[in-house]
Amino acid sequence: MKFLKTDVLIIGAGGAGMYASIAAAQSGKNILLADKSLISRGGATVMAQMTVAAAVGHEEPDHWTHHLDDTIKSGQGLCNEELSSILCEEAVDRILEMSDWKTDWARKDNRMSQVMAPGHSVKRCCYVDFLNTGPAISRTLRGEVAKHSNIKRASGLNIIEIIVDNNIVKGAIGLDIETGSYITIDTNAVVLAAGGLTRIFSRNSASLNMGGDAYALALRAGAELIDMEFVQFFPIGHLAPRLVGMDPIMWDPFRYKLGGILLNGNREQFIENYGGADGKSYTVSRDLASYAIIKEVEAGRGSPNGGAWLSFEHVPKVELESAFGPIIKKLAENNIDLTKNAVEVSPIAHYHMGGIKVNTKMQTRIHGLFAAGEAVGGANGANRLSGNAIPEAFVFGKRAGQYASEYTCTKTILTTSDGVSALSKVLTKHKIDNILIKDNNDIRMTSIMKKLQDIMWNDVGVIRTRKSLTNALDLINNLNVNYFSKILPPDITVYNKQLMDWLDLRNSLLCAEAVCLSAYNRKESRGAHQMEDIPITLTEFEKNQVIEMNDGCLLTKWENVNKIEFKLKKKLQALK
Amino acid sequence: MNIFLDNKNTTTLKVFRGTDSNINDFNFFEVPFNDGASILDALNWIRENIDESLAFRYSCINANACKECMVLVNGKTKYSCTTRLSKETTTIEPLSNKRLIRDLVSDIVPPKEKL
Repeated sequence: MKFLKTDVLIIGAGGAGMYASIAAAQSGKNILLADKSLISRGGATVMAQMTVAAAVGHEEPDHWTHHLDDTIKSGQGLCNEELSSILCEEAVDRILEMSDWKTDWARKDNRMSQVMAPGHSVKRCCYVDFLNTGPAISRTLRGEVAKHSNIKRASGLNIIEIIVDNNIVKGAIGLDIETGSYITIDTNAVVLAAGGLTRIFSRNSASLNMGGDAYALALRAGAELIDMEFVQFFPIGHLAPRLVGMDPIMWDPFRYKLGGILLNGNREQFIENYGGADGKSYTVSRDLASYAIIKEVEAGRGSPNGGAWLSFEHVPKVELESAFGPIIKKLAENNIDLTKNAVEVSPIAHYHMGGIKVNTKMQTRIHGLFAAGEAVGGANGANRLSGNAIPEAFVFGKRAGQYASEYTCTKTILTTSDGVSALSKVLTKHKIDNILIKDNNDIRMTSIMKKLQDIMWNDVGVIRTRKSLTNALDLINNLNVNYFSKILPPDITVYNKQLMDWLDLRNSLLCAEAVCLSAYNRKESRGAHQMEDIPITLTEFEKNQVIEMNDGCLLTKWENVNKIEFKLKKKLQALK
Repeated sequence: MNIFLDNKNTTTLKVFRGTDSNINDFNFFEVPFNDGASILDALNWIRENIDESLAFRYSCINANACKECMVLVNGKTKYSCTTRLSKETTTIEPLSNKRLIRDLVSDIVPPKEKL
């Protein structure tokens, strides 16, 4: 087993992880930035196409407290308002800092262009043309990371376990995918910046490595998670015809701009029937639109592939061409001509509001364990405001990196033999517990993942019931006991996809259970958590649900929401 | 998303296998053919239905954002996520100018990002 020593280990090299590494590098300490994909290429950031919300006030007068107000409203009573206010206030600094680092934000007359997005009170969302926000900011951050000689970048390093002793981080073990070897890493601090879990739903906008690694690592290390029942479904993800080379959530900005209309399978408008307003100035929230589409499909009024039609057929060709720019050509390559045909869209799992419970230093209850980006829970409450994910990656990344590098602790040194024993626990747990079937073709890792995604989509998706959730818990348990546990961990070889799948499944199954259990306990409907059989929001549930792992079992409890409303109101009043 | 839901037709992929670039070892896989499906869709279909050990690299799943999925398609460098399946037998190989790691995975990791 190889051995490595560093001061700060950052897990995940998307927006949050790269920002954390840059901030941590200021300390002069040694930083290891690890990603199981390639640095800056995996994860969610690079896939972002449009909006980054920040109250820079270039388009119209704005102040971060207004952004905070909108964020808290959208979060429907559950925002950790301390985290939300950090997010909104520091988003401004980070977006301007990115500008200093030469991110090519869309501009007019030397001022950043900002657009409206649902739930915002002013034009607040910055972007890079055309649909190029994610790749552009990834490039900026990649360049900044490379300027620091004390950041060691490691592509293809999959961290599989954090080693904790007496509630203090000692190190971690990882799989070096490219060389096919395990590695022990001695580190003082760890930043979990590996994103969310949307890949565990069959309809998703996730990249391959968004199966919940950060949450599973946190749970097993002894940290708490919060609000795990809140999965944001993006209402109009692309469904059909087959579209490649584009992020499936690409339609949204065009729907605002051009007034794309949602139609059911009978080609009737339906959003109005659910209390929303469709059309050019539409302000229908993400959760309502998702709900309406799923209900139409359930009622037998879905589009052929089980979604809704999104139509731009009424929009003049010239207007389409000017709004879509070069995207028109990409659509044509996919045989999509918007003047002639509507496309099919469906809600898809897009973002996870829940996540790792941290304080304002992004620190968990485990000493030396920090989190950043989507992996963090609380700032967005029950429903995230459009455009808040990228600022969250920057703001929380910067903080986590800074505080993780300042953190010092006297800990015992991690040795290779500690690594070997931690690894054998991961790999042999199954051997002790279960009857083994090696090379059983009936049990494929890919098919277990598919089964899990179907369970989560069908029973823990946009619309849930008590029955669907108990059903899901049973099915997940069955997947664990009768499928996953019967597969031996694949042997280690260079670039072993089956071993990678096995490690992914181990995390995704745990995350799925955490989401189901939390959803089952929340006996109300609020934000992104919609219970068909309990369609009301209850004051008694204006609480955060915290989940932890104890002896291999998940335990939940309720906590009061961290509110700062009073302080905020005073601040807003002072502004007026 | 239901990429191969209503497949009636099939096509064949000739896929390089192994860890030694000097040994020409190819597998032939018959995969469902659907208009619009990509090479990456078909490779994933192979893993899910025929041979789970097939190695290839990708992260963002058809969005062409991660740029990790480059392979040789009939000898030309292509992104497997944006290259459509063809009705003709198609040869898929790892990049020829990079060190082979396994099957379709070649060493595209920048030197400064290695341990």
